[in-house]
This record gives sequence, C-alpha cells and structure tokens, in this order.
Amino acid sequence: MNPIYLDNNATTACDPAVVEAMLPFFTAQFGNPSSLHSFGNKVGFALKEARARVQALLGAEHESEIVFTSCGTESDNTAILSALKAMPERNQVVTTAVEHPAILALCEHLEKEGYVVTRLGVDKRGRLDLDEYKAALGPRTAIVSAMWANNETGTIFPVEAMAEMAHAVGAQFHTDAVQAVGKIAIDLKKTKIDMLSLSGHKLHAPKGVGVLYLKRGTRFRPLLRGGHQERGRRAGTENTASIVGLGVACELAQQHMAYENTAVKRLRDKLEAGILAAVPRCFPTGDVANRLPNTSNIAFEFVEGEAILLLLNQAGIAASSGSACTSGSLEPSHVMRAMGIPYTAAHGTTRFSLSRFNTEAEIDRVIATVPSVIAKLRKLSPYWGESGPKEESFAPAYA
Amino acid sequence: MWDYSEKVREHFFNPRNAGVLEDANGVGDVGSIKCGDALRLMLKVDPDSERILDARFQTFGCGSAIASSSALTEIIKGMTLDEALKVSNQDIADYLDGLPPEKMHCSVMGREALQAAVANYRGEEWKDDHEEGALICKCFAVDAVLIEETIRANGLTTVEQVAHYTKAGGGCASCHEGIEEILAKVAKEVCTAPTAEKKPTPAAVPPAPTAGAVPPAFTLGAVPPASKLTSFQRMRRIEETIESIRPMLQRDHGDIEIVEIDGKNIYVNLKGACVGCMMEAATLNGIQTKLVEALGEFVRLLPASQLGRA
Ligand SMILES: Cc1ncc(COP(=O)(O)O)c(C=O)c1O
Ligand code: FES
Repeated sequence: MNPIYLDNNATTACDPAVVEAMLPFFTAQFGNPSSLHSFGNKVGFALKEARARVQALLGAEHESEIVFTSCGTESDNTAILSALKAMPERNQVVTTAVEHPAILALCEHLEKEGYVVTRLGVDKRGRLDLDEYKAALGPRTAIVSAMWANNETGTIFPVEAMAEMAHAVGAQFHTDAVQAVGKIAIDLKKTKIDMLSLSGHKLHAPKGVGVLYLKRGTRFRPLLRGGHQERGRRAGTENTASIVGLGVACELAQQHMAYENTAVKRLRDKLEAGILAAVPRCFPTGDVANRLPNTSNIAFEFVEGEAILLLLNQAGIAASSGSACTSGSLEPSHVMRAMGIPYTAAHGTTRFSLSRFNTEAEIDRVIATVPSVIAKLRKLSPYWGESGPKEESFAPAYA
Repeated sequence: MWDYSEKVREHFFNPRNAGVLEDANGVGDVGSIKCGDALRLMLKVDPDSERILDARFQTFGCGSAIASSSALTEIIKGMTLDEALKVSNQDIADYLDGLPPEKMHCSVMGREALQAAVANYRGEEWKDDHEEGALICKCFAVDAVLIEETIRANGLTTVEQVAHYTKAGGGCASCHEGIEEILAKVAKEVCTAPTAEKKPTPAAVPPAPTAGAVPPAFTLGAVPPASKLTSFQRMRRIEETIESIRPMLQRDHGDIEIVEIDGKNIYVNLKGACVGCMMEAATLNGIQTKLVEALGEFVRLLPASQLGRA
C-alpha cells in the first residue's frame, strides 16, 4: 500500500514539472547570472522570468519588489532586522503569540538585546483581538509582524486590516505568508503590506529557496552584504535552479488555486467530519470557519501526539503533532497553549495537511484508520476507563 | 522523527503487561499531564517474600514513555522489592538499547513510578522531589535545573567549569549560548541580592569534577566571618587580588581597574574585550568570588557605571 502524505504544511513534494524545469540549470545552464557572456545571460533571463511568475502569484505591482532568499526563515529575519535598523528611533516589535519560531525565536533574542516585543494573544479559536492590537501600537513601534495563516491550525489573520493600522502609527508591516501563499488568493498591490515572506518548499518547489516581498518605497537594510545580486538587497550568487523551480511552482499554484479551494477543501472537510463522527472526545482546533482550505488540526483527548504519529506512520499515514514530545520540549505547542487548549487535549493535537496530490481513496483510508489508533492508545492510558475519561480517579504526584 | 532503537519500537508497538492489574497491592501514579507523560504502575507483591509476582502499567505518553513502561515491568517481574528499587533509569534505557537524550526523562518517570508503587505497598508516603528544566545540552542530556543548581552550589562562572561539573557543553558546543545565559542569570542574582538576605545555598549534589583546574568550590554559606584587617590592609588586599587577575583578563584582550571602594561595594571598570561581552556579568562574579576568598568577608563587585546608584 502506498504511504499517504498528509503533512504538506511541513513540506511538500516538488511538482514533477518543477523538477523538469530545474534540471537544465544543473548542467547546460550552469552560468552565473551576473556574468556578461551568454552562459550568464541565459540564466539571467530565466531568473527574470521566475521573478515575474512570483510577482504574478503575489499580485505585486513591480517585478523589483521580489527578492529571492534562501528560505522563509531568512525572509522573516531579514524583514524584522531591517525595520529595526532602518528606523533606529523606534524600538518596539509587535507580533503574535502564535508565530512560527522563525519569528518568535528572533523576537526573544531581540528582547535580550533590549528591544521591546509585544506578543498579541489569541482567543480559544486562535483569533486576534484587533482592539488589543490597536492599543499595542505606538510611536515607538518599528514593525508589526503577523502571519497570514497559522502553520498548525491554518487560522487566517486579517493582515490587510492590520497593515493599515500599522501604517497609521508609521510602523512597517510584515507578514509571514509561508503557509498562505499558493493556498489562498493574494493581491499585494491592493494592500498596505510592506513585506511578505514565502518559502518554496511549502508550494511544491524545492527546499532552500524563499522570497522576501518588499513594497517599493519601504525603508530597507540588507541582512547579507556583499555582491550586487538582488539589487544589493540580498548578496550572494543566486540559487538559480531553485529559483527557476519556484517560478514554475508559483505559476502552477495560480493555475490550481481554484482546485485548492474547492476539491482539496472538500477532501479536508470530509476527512475532518469522518474523524469527528467516528472518534469520541475529539475536536477541531483553530478558527474553523476561517482557515486554509488544506489544514485540519484535531485534538484527541487523553492520548499523546507522538504515539499517535508513530501508529499512523506504521499504518502508512504521515501527519504531524503539537505534542511536547514531538518537538523535544517540555510543553505542548505554543499555538495550542496560546489558545488555552487544556493539556489533556493539547498533547494529542494532530495536524492533517493536504495538497492537490491527495486522493479521495487516501482520505477514505485515513478515516478508516484513525479511530482504531486512538482507541488503542486510550486503552493504554491511565486517564481513560472502559468507555470514557476517568480523570478523577487518576491524580499522579506532581501533576 | 526520533531515532528510536528497534527495541523501543518493538516495545511501543507491542507493549508487554499493559492494562489494569485487578489484584494489585502496590500502585504508583506519577507524571504530569502538563508535560505529556503520566504513568500508573501496578504491582502484585507476595507479602512473605516481598517478590513482585506481577506488574502491569497504564501510560499516557509518547513512544518512549510507553516503551519504557513496558521495559520496566519486564525488568522487575520476579524481583524482590529491594532488588527492584536498585533498578536505575539507565538500566531501563539500556534494556531498550538506549533512548535519545531528549527522552531520558521517560525512563526517569518509570523509576519514580516504581518508588511510588513500593512506597504505596509499604504504606509509606512517597514524596517527589523531581524538578525538571528544559533540556540544554543534548550531547549529555543535561537540563537547565541541574545546570543552575550546580552553578549556584559551586559558584561556577565559566562554561568550562560547568562542563567539568555537569558535562554540559563538553561536546559539540552548540549549547554554550544557553549555558552562558544561565551563568549570567545566576551572576546577576548574586550581584544584586542584598547581603543580608544571603542564605547558604543548599548543597545540590554536584557530581565530582572530572578534570583538574577547577577553582576551589565556593558557596555563600561558606563565607568566613568578617576579617580583622585594618582598612589600609584591606585596601592593599583588594588591589593585590585584582592585580593577580589582570594578566588573565589581558590574555583575553581585556583589563580591569578599581575606581572606588565603598564599604562592601567595590566599583571597577572593565575594559577592552570585557566590555559588553556576554560574559561581563560572569566575569565580575568570578572576580568577586576571588575577592571574597581573599578578604574573608562578603563584598560586592560592581561596574563603575553603578557608582552612586547602589
Ligand atoms: C509559518 C512559517 N514560517 C516560516 C517557516 C520557515 O520556512 P523555511 O523552512 O523555508 O525556513 C515555516 C516552515 O516551517 C512556516 O510554516
Ligand atoms: S549540546 Fe551540549 S555539548 Fe553538544
């Protein structure tokens, strides 16, 4: 039986057409795009074409607003550090409690260096309070960074409105759209978003390539200084093959946008409904009515996520979890904690993230498998009795 | 995904002795839903021989928590209680052909459940003194709590010393930033805490140093009573001590100068490479330790920028 891949928010398979387009750039088309001879020229032209394709997917006004980077993390770091350097009179970063570590770990570090970091909380469905956001903004705010869509739950933030509010206090607005790009329609020229990060490997392009969108006129300081590549905004010889692959992936994503939001969404909804109907004591997390079309995050009470993943993996199903154990930390995912999901459920959160390559038959098989996996683990759990939870009778020391 | 041994996988997929033991006469419940691990160990003990006739478990937890529970029951079945109590975390890990460092706490939980179950059988109260911090050093599976306790108990000031005492940081070095942060945190507390509130640090059972070149162990509890030096002698002693340290700092392209001696507060300027370096607080703390030893009284070493504020 073929394994079923439902972990597309972690990374995706390269589309075969992407691989096809990349291959010549490892062999015949090896030139350095900065070179003046024809070896370089051809590659330079290919980069230009890729840039135009990314521009089209993002709805950016100018081609020069697209800066290629090495990954989503680099784009995120560049954006925040640039704003702080470009506006030294401002010392505050406003972000959310549910960002990816690419933002949160950087902010923690900045805090140690003396910057002020404000992290907006979320409600139990993962939504921001825009009044709280407004109150956090001030004349010392250099940059706001809020993700477009959450990687664990798929919850979508109102970044367009948030960008307007940031501008009202003279702050820059950055969004980590690594999970959103390719899954929901984006039209940047209509927004006040100054900077946006995307990552190739989340939309069927290779790993190790990303983009920082930089709206024209945004004050900017590069992270990497050196050659004049990317107009001096990101020095270093371009990862040409991957950039070409990313261009093709963006074009494909645009072609499949409608499919993603109809067919993929329908499969996701079927999967979620099927599991919720068959497994007692579980619930979907996040803002169910306002999330990415491909993501379902289900909290299974009284079982632990890593154990779920191991059993699913044995049954040929790949998913991911917000449990403490899968991350090697002592506590469950910061996203689940921010939403106030009780510990009895947070450790059992399991994320299923689909792509256009998943089939109905696969989803049927997952729906058939999950209930027995949960039942097996609950039978082992001291928190679970014959037919339901028995929390009361189990109160271990130092719980 | 974790690099689990075949044995761990096998015990996870086919756990031995899982489920409720109806006629158990010793039950140990340990763990925490917060940390995502909890275990009930049930023993059937023969009252005459104190031999464990049967053992079963229920576990809420990850793959290695379940595998460790399974292994534990296999190991202790047939043992007397005294034999069983000698089973260590390492024995459980060894039985499973090893656990990843992040997962060693799963075997600790098994051992604690065993102690709790034996106490329950004997009608004793089992007290948990377990405190666990974030894993800092992955090479040697050392967590933040152990590092912090060891730093306090021994007045450690450098990453090298921490490595001597706890092994943490002695491998790939990628945890050095984390260790430096703990050093700086402790140093800051020591520097800013008012003298009167100093309490002797409880001896936190540090493992013996594994290499030489470690300065004498020092705890605040061991500070000798105020000495009988004249104020001139005292000043000389402070100068001599600082002088003896300068070559060491100069080797690292730094330097130190005394600005003011005001009772128990000694103000200095750190210069060159010392300024603003991550280790500034730790450096001050280390020199302070030397001064306290030399003078036989508690003094505070402060940066001159604090002059007039303390
Ligand atoms: C929301 C979000 N931001 C940033 C990243 C990091 O992207 P990359 O792996 O390309 O550095 C990820 C991917 O894990 C993500 O999901
Ligand atoms: S992680 Fe501590 S030395 Fe390698």
